[in-house]
Amino acid sequence: MVRIRLAEERVADMVEAGEIRTPCHLYIGQEAIAAGICAAVSREDYVWGGHRSHGHYLAKGGSLRQMIAELLGKATGCSGGRGGSMHLVAPEVGILGTVPLVAATIPLAVGAGLATKLNGDGRVSVSFFGDGAAEEGHFHESLNLAAVYRLPVVFVCENNLYSSHLHILERRGADNIRDAGVVHSVPGITVDGNDASAVLEAGRDAVARARAGDGPTLLECRTYRWRGHVGPAWDMDVGVKRRDELAAWIAADPIKRMGERLLAAGVTEQELQAVAEAARAEIDEAVEFGRASPYPEASDLERHVFRDRDA
Amino acid sequence: MRNLTYAQAIREAHAQLLRSDPRVFLLGQGLWSPWYAGGTLQDLELEFGRARVIDSPVSENATTGAAVGAAMAGMRPIVFHPRMDFMLLAVDPIVNQAANWSYLFAGQVGVPVVIRASVNRGGEQGAQHSQAVHAMFMHVPGLKVVMPSTPHDAKGMLISAVRDGNPVLYIDDRWLYGEVGAVPEEMYSVPIGPAVVRTSGSDATVVATSYMAREAVAAAAELRPRGIGVEVVDLRSLRPLDHETVVTSVRKTGRLVTADGGWLTGGVGAEVAAIVASEAFESLRSPVVRVALPDVPAPTSRALEQAYYPAARHIVAAVEKAVKST
Repeated sequence: MVRIRLAEERVADMVEAGEIRTPCHLYIGQEAIAAGICAAVSREDYVWGGHRSHGHYLAKGGSLRQMIAELLGKATGCSGGRGGSMHLVAPEVGILGTVPLVAATIPLAVGAGLATKLNGDGRVSVSFFGDGAAEEGHFHESLNLAAVYRLPVVFVCENNLYSSHLHILERRGADNIRDAGVVHSVPGITVDGNDASAVLEAGRDAVARARAGDGPTLLECRTYRWRGHVGPAWDMDVGVKRRDELAAWIAADPIKRMGERLLAAGVTEQELQAVAEAARAEIDEAVEFGRASPYPEASDLERHVFRDRDA
Repeated sequence: MRNLTYAQAIREAHAQLLRSDPRVFLLGQGLWSPWYAGGTLQDLELEFGRARVIDSPVSENATTGAAVGAAMAGMRPIVFHPRMDFMLLAVDPIVNQAANWSYLFAGQVGVPVVIRASVNRGGEQGAQHSQAVHAMFMHVPGLKVVMPSTPHDAKGMLISAVRDGNPVLYIDDRWLYGEVGAVPEEMYSVPIGPAVVRTSGSDATVVATSYMAREAVAAAAELRPRGIGVEVVDLRSLRPLDHETVVTSVRKTGRLVTADGGWLTGGVGAEVAAIVASEAFESLRSPVVRVALPDVPAPTSRALEQAYYPAARHIVAAVEKAVKST
């Protein structure tokens, strides 16, 4: 969580400085969800994400230096400079792609679950998406498909209450995303998305169900993003009203809560600081790597439209 | 070699693919129906089981997306849309996702998915069960689009599509299902890309797709006794599109007629005309003539259908026009 937070704060600075130009949808405030869920799965399991997926990528084990290089548009980026912030990939850790079309990866996650069921490899497929995605047909069709075939899929809705600038109650009749699971015969569970331990526990239960062949689960993790829909600003979306609301959520900072819990359990302040220092050193190194890396060659523009090797 | 119908050839390709590759599976609407797929998938679930031949909920978007996701995870799915119109509910997974994926991620994750759609013209079914929207999809980089016109190609191109490693939109036409032709029993592939010259001639080139290739061959036979030699080029693959075969033929004949079962505006004929104008302008002895559907939705009444669908006689008239206007 600390690593994700510090990495994104650095990314925010680099966006403000004009060094990073690709649109960045920051995850700051939501880190407990990626950290908790990714701790509940193994390296081989699939994780799918959307436009706000720096946290998913890092929590699942994606390379920080390749992510920073990608944000800088460099050839050494995880997507070779063709993806930017909204299209991250790390096949070696089960991330086959994150893309920003809202809800687009939900059926893809179901498909990976179907592949797993057919080939018997025992993997679980996790779909991360936001509350806005729950308004798309993709979401409802996918819940039904996963239910009818009892697929090993964990649907993780990160409900941060806003789709871009619109509050959830301006977009649906009630704040009831969990209930969508129920009507599709998928157990729906509400989770405190700012409590990493609670997320981990709910994630483990859902993953165990999936591995046992008992089918999908919908976890609605309640949280809040601290920055704007896109970019580093704190209040660009809905102005002062949001600023008041934000104060309460900052008080419920998932990292602060976890730190307090660890201190109470006997971890020392020095140990916590060491975690942050190690993350800062890694981030410094990743930024240097990204800056020193070359841009893609213009002569490579048309490469990879089709895949020339057999999949 | 034995003869099969076009529909039987498609079914045989599916059966051989399922038998020979455990990664292959089928998903879509109508797979267990005795009639929905026109015999092209008949009883496959009895031999290969309902776990691999999956008749799906009415969720074109999610089933297509699931096929795309399963392909990314290493399977070789064929997702089926028994009416091409229905596939339009799944444009996001096809165009935004499958077609972009290789490029977006620098070739690290492949999408070896086949999206199969049937054009279901005629039969008074009207504007939402008859559309042929292949031209919309040939516009998309990263998506291969094939339209076989013979039983031989129907089998061989489906096998190629599954083995290709990239997303392939495989489009068949219900008006071809009864066509009979020689089909080898073994598995074979017909490469995606090259067009084929169906008849040789020196007076006009007809570049045709799918059922209009059949009509073009009939038109050529009608014109031959009148001393007009028609060279029919069956494109088979819309993307990639075989410029060389088209241009070589037009350089020989000096005249171009296009024949396609989609709408006129922005259609296959427009692309072919542009290719010829760019690469063989000096060879053209007369204006290009395009035979296509009028820019009108599909009607239902048989009287209107009769006026709507182009056939061999329209190609005959188009060739005569091209020859006369020289």
